[in-house]
Amino acid sequence: MTLLEIFKIILLVLLIVCAIGVNLTKRLLPAIIIFMAYSTIMAVVWTLLESPDLAITEAAVGAGITSILFFLTLRRIGREELKDPADEDPSADSEHAKEARP
Amino acid sequence: MKELLRAWFREELSGMEDFLDTEEKPDISRVEHKSAVRKWEDTLLSSPEMQKMIHMRQRRYRTLYRVIAVISCIAFIAIMLYMIAHLPRYGFKNPRADVIARRYIEQGLEETGAVNIVAGMILDYRAFDTLGESFVLFTALVCATILLRFGMRDKEQSVGAPVYKTSTDNIIHMIGFFLVPAILMFGIYIVLNGHLSPGGGFSGGTILGSALIIMSASGGFDITDRIFTYKRLNILTFIALGFYSLSKGYVFFVGANGMHNPIPKGIPGAILSAGLILPLNIAVGMVVACTMYGFYSLFERGRIGHA
Amino acid sequence: MLDTLLNNYQEAVAMILFGIGFATLLFQRNLIRKLIGMNIMDAGLFLFLTSLGYIHGHKAPILEGGKIITNTYINPVPSGLVLTGIVVSVSVTAVMLALTVRLYRRYHTLDMDEIYAMTLKEREEGDE
Repeated sequence: MTLLEIFKIILLVLLIVCAIGVNLTKRLLPAIIIFMAYSTIMAVVWTLLESPDLAITEAAVGAGITSILFFLTLRRIGREELKDPADEDPSADSEHAKEARP
Repeated sequence: MKELLRAWFREELSGMEDFLDTEEKPDISRVEHKSAVRKWEDTLLSSPEMQKMIHMRQRRYRTLYRVIAVISCIAFIAIMLYMIAHLPRYGFKNPRADVIARRYIEQGLEETGAVNIVAGMILDYRAFDTLGESFVLFTALVCATILLRFGMRDKEQSVGAPVYKTSTDNIIHMIGFFLVPAILMFGIYIVLNGHLSPGGGFSGGTILGSALIIMSASGGFDITDRIFTYKRLNILTFIALGFYSLSKGYVFFVGANGMHNPIPKGIPGAILSAGLILPLNIAVGMVVACTMYGFYSLFERGRIGHA
Repeated sequence: MLDTLLNNYQEAVAMILFGIGFATLLFQRNLIRKLIGMNIMDAGLFLFLTSLGYIHGHKAPILEGGKIITNTYINPVPSGLVLTGIVVSVSVTAVMLALTVRLYRRYHTLDMDEIYAMTLKEREEGDE
């Protein structure tokens, strides 16, 4: 068993730990950060598996864009919370849709 | 929670109408009596015996769900591990799955001209698949636009202030100023060298998109709005997808009819080589970069550009 | 049998990750956590596919200097498949997050059960 293989096994264990850790956090922000770590570790594992194409893509997509989208969703939800719920009328959406049509 | 109970209650009730006192119970089928039914149901639901029964029922449902879920998860993992124990050994060649791979590796350089076999595979042998994937990205952008764009614009005007704020931090400005050109250069390098080294349209496009995201996050949307209006983004995506479809359609037509393919393969290893793979990489990179920036802009402020 | 399982530890880990993602999808009631679980499932499946193509001591399929030496490269087919899958998974995630934002705007909660209860209530009110 080479040193590289031991390193790979450690990374695989960390993957499982991250996947379980997502379920154990109380708040959503730590869960998303743990998911980001999961994606980054996955990119390193793919480098060890001799698939550099996948590693680059996963590092950019999984750890970058997907996490940013999750963060933005959280922020947007937090913003909605600050607004008054009264002006969030469910029927408003259809009105907007009507106006937006040419 | 109450509505769940009410729905369940209705179902339960429909079976045993005959046993209930018809004096108290209004006619459920008549429309004008619905509110009366509702009131009657409310009184029934609020009685202590009923509450107890509902609680028990609810708890039983939750426990049942949990038990079934745990069993299905464990069974799934067990079956999969059993299957894995019967797979060929990890890290050794599987002779039965080797035919296609050997063909790709031995003939790939000659037939596609790409040094990177994976790029030659996804943009030449399986180019139709990649076209579908680009359309998936475009469709996702369209869906996100439909879902997030409406209803946001007028509310902003009525509230009076924009919902997003440009960062005024000097450190973030400077970091963006130095980082964005480097990331843009890296992304362009990865897109242009997709047939020579790891990377290609998808990863390079994503990196370009993240450079645009950092640009708009550090310098404000005013900078990116000058380049990326909604119309320009659509035109760019249209040009990229149209070029992909037309060029690849031409190659398919030529190849299917056994004609000579006039697109030169070039010398393997040079930047201008591998036939159509370089332009296709650029087209895919454009689509991906536009999509990623579009996602960011839509999630951040509900619109792309000024529209 | 246990011997082969230990040899195929990479595939085993991939499937365990898939199972954990599935469990997250089943047990969590929060929509965003469900989405994270789906992404974990995706990544586990991709890891499984990539492991199938790996061969000990072989290199990534990039022909250096234009020379083809057979039996020195890993299987490129899983790499191509997974590259497609990663990009599709990010599109799916984006659309689902957009749907989540819309659901939150309407119901002001991320809890799946509460949203379901509210839809039932709305349907009932629509009947009247």
